[in-house]
Amino acid sequence: MPAARVIARLDVKGPNLVKGIHLEGLRVMGDPQQFARRYYADGADEILYVDIVASLYGRNNILEVVRRTAAAVFVPMTVAGGLRSLDDVRDALRSGADKVAINTAAVARPELIREVSQAFGRQCMVLSIQTKKIAPDRWEAYTDNGRERSGRDALEWAGQGVELGAGELLVTSVDREGTRKGMDLEFLARVTAHVDVPVIAGGGAGTPEHACRAITEAGADAVAVASMLHYGKYTVGEIKARLAQADVPVRSSA
Amino acid sequence: MSTARPVVPKVVVVDYGRGNLWSVGQAVAAVGGEPQISTEPAVVRAAEQLILPGVGAFGDAMAGLRARGLDEAVLAFAATGRPLLGVCLGMQLLLEASTEFGHHAGLGLIRGQVERLPAPAAPARGAIRSYKIPNVGWCRLEPAAGGTPWTESLFAAVKPGDFAYFVHSYAAHPMDPRHRLADIELGGVPVAAAITAGPITGCQFHPEKSGEVGLAILRAFVART
Repeated sequence: MPAARVIARLDVKGPNLVKGIHLEGLRVMGDPQQFARRYYADGADEILYVDIVASLYGRNNILEVVRRTAAAVFVPMTVAGGLRSLDDVRDALRSGADKVAINTAAVARPELIREVSQAFGRQCMVLSIQTKKIAPDRWEAYTDNGRERSGRDALEWAGQGVELGAGELLVTSVDREGTRKGMDLEFLARVTAHVDVPVIAGGGAGTPEHACRAITEAGADAVAVASMLHYGKYTVGEIKARLAQADVPVRSSA
Repeated sequence: MSTARPVVPKVVVVDYGRGNLWSVGQAVAAVGGEPQISTEPAVVRAAEQLILPGVGAFGDAMAGLRARGLDEAVLAFAATGRPLLGVCLGMQLLLEASTEFGHHAGLGLIRGQVERLPAPAAPARGAIRSYKIPNVGWCRLEPAAGGTPWTESLFAAVKPGDFAYFVHSYAAHPMDPRHRLADIELGGVPVAAAITAGPITGCQFHPEKSGEVGLAILRAFVART
């Protein structure tokens, strides 16, 4: 059984690491590479780079950030934000990314999921689903970094995405993102019961306890955390210590 | 992209259009190697050490190698007895055949087959996690029962229980148990994590993405002659 993963998520705008609330309202934090190196040294199991402006303004230079990070960070890296075509995916993988996470372009043309998984293997096709709760027991998938409604039921979309070839799901609650009030365990529990591929929980973890509950109570395979690391409130090591305390297997990297 | 250069680099990474070659090169450089990513059979044949990477599907990868004449170049390199490291799908290609999407012949450098991971049993009531396919994540490396001792391998600096990063849906089944080097456990069943036969080693995990444990393996590989 693989260890539960703690993934450091870095939202990048141009050359800067930024952090927002509800995926908006940005604050500049600094050089993303320096943060990535620190999280690697602290035991982060993966790095997730999100180009937060790419889906609005087209191509970008996040791949340069990825290339430079790969010189000193030896854990898997995922790139998200604005990937639209097989060529975009190929460029990301050639720059040091191991996986891509796709949301908007997959909603617009679901066949892209199949194409990416057939061309590069399903392990590198992460379907990114951003959710908002719209009714009791009902969540809608959002696109464009949480700004646009897709009209798709998030749970149904998760199932379709896996059928089309997604090898992992990155599930981010737009409602919770940046609030540090805890993850959307309700939806996470539904999606982990609904699909048989690994699920990465994102959005809302403000404490190691929040991250832990996504795994122990909602069955997530990994957590993607941002604010609590970037603001120096907690370290990756502290999150893993909390997981280990709950008997969740984690990678020790000493 | 590479061109055939007059200077023969130490560590050649075979480029047949599959996989995250940039990261492999960066990791080789980080442990003191001189990587060159190359599509050229002549460069592959002349390498001091050779890394065969790969992600994706087995048959597709073999077709990619053949299209560039790289299958024969890798076999010619292996025949010299110089160190060869297969990574992930590159490890699986070392074997004789795979059942992924049909039946595909591999390089046949190590006897055995590649087969899909067994379907995980339904979790017991109340259990929260079992393994999934693809198996994505960090798993503990353990010495393989009856296999090659780690002290005689690239794993000399690895400790039992150390974690490595895996992404795979298929697993290698070497015919000779002595060719097993390390296993992981999935659902109570040992699955080949690394295999070896003389100067040839294969890692199902990604050493270039396995933190300091992976770098220790690459360091040992780069130091091999």
